[in-house]
Amino acid sequence: MNAELLEAHNLTRAEYEAIVAKIGREPNENELGLFSVMWSEHCSYKSSRVHLKRLPTRGPRVLQGPGENAGVVDIGHNLAAVFKVESHNHPSFIEPFQGAATGVGGIIRDIFTMGARPLALMNSLRFGPLETPKNRSILSGVVAGIASYGNSMGIPTVGGEVVFEDCYNLNPLVNAFCLGIAPRDRIFLAKAEGEGNPVFYLGAKTGKDGIHGATMASAEFDEAAEEKRPTVQVGDPFLEKLLLEACLELMATDAIVAIQDMGAAGLTCSTCEMGARGGLGIEIELDRVPQREAGMTPYEILLSESQERMLLVAQAGREAEVEAIFEKWDLEASAIGRVTSDGLLRVLSGSKTVAEVPARSLADEGPVYERPMERPAYLDAVRPVKLSDLVEPSDLDDTLARLLGSHTLASKHWIFEQYDHMVRSNTIVLPGSDAGVIRIKGTPMALAMCLDGNGRYAHFDPYLGGAAAVAESCRNLAAVGATPIGATNCLNFGNPEKPEIMWQFSRAVDGIRDACERFGVPITGGNVSFYNETEGEGIYPTPVVGVVGLLEDATTRLTHHFKSSGDLIFLLGETTEEIGASEYLKTVHGRVDGQPPRLDLEAEASLHALVRAAAARRLLRSAHDLSDGGLGVAVAESLFGLLGETMGASLALETPGRADGVLFSETQSRILVSVPRASADAFQALGDDHGVPLSRVGVTGGDELEIRVNGVRAISKKVNDLREIWWTAIEKELRS
Amino acid sequence: MPRFAVCVFPGSNCEEDVQYALRNVLGEPTDLVWHKDRSLDGYDAAILPGGFAHGDYLRPGAIARFSPIMDAVREMAEAGKPVIGICNGFQMLQEAGLLPGAMLRNRTLTYICRYLYLRAEQGDSPLTVTLNQGELVRIPIGHADGNFYADDETLDRLEREGRIVFRYVSDDGELDEASNPNGAARHIAGLRNERGNVVGLMPHPDRCYEPALGTDDGRKLFESLIAWTKETA
Repeated sequence: MNAELLEAHNLTRAEYEAIVAKIGREPNENELGLFSVMWSEHCSYKSSRVHLKRLPTRGPRVLQGPGENAGVVDIGHNLAAVFKVESHNHPSFIEPFQGAATGVGGIIRDIFTMGARPLALMNSLRFGPLETPKNRSILSGVVAGIASYGNSMGIPTVGGEVVFEDCYNLNPLVNAFCLGIAPRDRIFLAKAEGEGNPVFYLGAKTGKDGIHGATMASAEFDEAAEEKRPTVQVGDPFLEKLLLEACLELMATDAIVAIQDMGAAGLTCSTCEMGARGGLGIEIELDRVPQREAGMTPYEILLSESQERMLLVAQAGREAEVEAIFEKWDLEASAIGRVTSDGLLRVLSGSKTVAEVPARSLADEGPVYERPMERPAYLDAVRPVKLSDLVEPSDLDDTLARLLGSHTLASKHWIFEQYDHMVRSNTIVLPGSDAGVIRIKGTPMALAMCLDGNGRYAHFDPYLGGAAAVAESCRNLAAVGATPIGATNCLNFGNPEKPEIMWQFSRAVDGIRDACERFGVPITGGNVSFYNETEGEGIYPTPVVGVVGLLEDATTRLTHHFKSSGDLIFLLGETTEEIGASEYLKTVHGRVDGQPPRLDLEAEASLHALVRAAAARRLLRSAHDLSDGGLGVAVAESLFGLLGETMGASLALETPGRADGVLFSETQSRILVSVPRASADAFQALGDDHGVPLSRVGVTGGDELEIRVNGVRAISKKVNDLREIWWTAIEKELRS
Repeated sequence: MPRFAVCVFPGSNCEEDVQYALRNVLGEPTDLVWHKDRSLDGYDAAILPGGFAHGDYLRPGAIARFSPIMDAVREMAEAGKPVIGICNGFQMLQEAGLLPGAMLRNRTLTYICRYLYLRAEQGDSPLTVTLNQGELVRIPIGHADGNFYADDETLDRLEREGRIVFRYVSDDGELDEASNPNGAARHIAGLRNERGNVVGLMPHPDRCYEPALGTDDGRKLFESLIAWTKETA
């Protein structure tokens, strides 16, 4: 085997020798292709697997943990929530619209493959600064791509996050999340059973698009990255909508044995994984695979990543039912093979066997690496940032305005209004609040969900970055009144072959583990995206965590904004001077450095418990998590309602330090609430029970925001003026 | 008791919302009818729901007008029964020639999902019979192609004949540009045919029929439809 061919397949010499040992001979070209994609980082998790094992994956509600198409948790009422997040970073950089669109399409397939009706989407997006024209075009393309796919599918996009940092200039991050609901006892798995059962190919024809997409996503980019555009697939959401409806209709029968979508590594991945999970083999005939063009080689058919395709194992004898339902939806269901007992993935082309390898060798026996790790040297220089080293702003009105107008903190309405966030009429917290919330019709329940991460924190302290992502997600859920019941993670990192990157990864996983264990939230699945480096420039380590929460009574859900004049405003949790790695430090002082805020998981857990209890007893009028921009920004955001309504407030803060410290520190474990006066005593008593420090900091009302610090006027600004800055910042930049 | 049909096309995605509002919230018998069916016998009103019928390929509604069920929809319209097109359904009614004008791409060139204010322009239609003239309702839009277009002569005629049912307005009922983000000619959000029984509406009453969803103003439009249908059934 020559070195060039191995390099083209992104396989090392040692990996090649392992393949030869497994199959007892030299692989042919097709087989080499199969191993190349199935043993790629993207499909095999070869660098991350040893670390991911440390994550908590079990819990009383977990019906399906990692290893299937998506995780499944029990939500009561004989229903289960099925959800997962996945990255589509590399394709979105190469071709923003299709890259993002097919990312959404892929995660939706993962959910309905399990038998669930997809009910909500979210996405976590990171771009370079919008001042750069290229980034504006990537943002516009990604948003339009997400909108095009999600909207056509009739699935609301109910939340997410959008962050701007220099390090995402050549490596935008596009992480897509989908959640669906299935009957608890009707979860479908991708595990082949029953020798002789027919294997059906459903959906789009196979074309030459996306060949080696998984391999592409498992390497760094250089300046020629855009030449890889042909490896990006093109999506057809209409076809996927038909596929969704046909599959759900078919799943209501009991004709299906197993089903899996064809995502990364297409036909190869779905056949060998279904076979391997069942300890069986699968034989397919390529001549029966619907093809978009003539003359495709076996290699191309096997490795194509054409979208909107599914593989299904049906009960023998039930073929006509499968075909009839697909015909109703004007789709083709083609029987392309059968389940065998020999454990082999056998591929026939005409009468010739063009590949024949053990299914398990592809799916389960890929290499596992304990890659070397080393603490990056730059961390030695990370120090706490002292406020006394920073010039004190002379005009805090202006400081607050600059923060509200910074693109990471500004309103994201230009983005989320392009997403249909209301279809299915379940969205009971509109985008722009702390978490997306959808009600579950036919039950009193609602599900809340959010996606959070902070790459800057993770850069300066990867452990904290992992833990804080979980804490912030759970805090956001608490702020809408929901209890976290399961989580999924998307770990976006650089090149794992660099020991510093691997060390960051390992520490972030530890942080996620500890926080999930403390909050009792199992990780039920997720995705690792390595090699987020272009021209040697890596991203911040960016663990993103999606947490799903349950509200037993949908009518107790809270939103973030003040609603009624004369309500009391309480700050829950303690504020210390923590400016390192903050949005304030970056936006106002132009510095990106310093030790990020500490995280006390015990204080965090008590805070969540208090807010959930208060929400369930209907003591609160609003609750809003404090994160980027600290108290000052959280108060300002609380003035802005979800339907354009506004409410002023006046606050009096005390601090032994400076006003900018109390206003913009990003101390963790804090939530701002407004409470009707009649409930204040009961709420304070509840706070004492939970051991959470409460301070009454102000009262709602009027049309201005007034904040006094130690008796001195710090901020005095018309609410409408603040809102205008916050509302228009992104739109203005995009039009400039 | 009248019976409502919601026609389902491949790519429709608001059919269950319409059905839930009419059946679960307002208690009216409402069925989903597949586009390959050819009959709407036994139904007193038909609703063409929102979504992306046939993927919106070619133009929104352009392929849906050839679906088998559309002959039955046309017959209902000719019989004077209420036929309501919401969003994509409105576009289908235009393509089918049951309502005038066309929908251009929104002037932002993007999909827009947002609550807007609508002003009921006249009370003689299935969606406004229980509303007061000039009444404001707050109902969201969700579309990429809602920029209503017709030539001036047609627009003048629609106004003269009182066929504009809803207009996009500001929160105090004024016709300002900001309240008409898709750029619709003369702020047209909804209109009816000459006879008055066929109505197209771009905004979605099926997304705001209970306060938890933002507003429950959409409920008023469904109540109007029920009242109108009972009178004509």
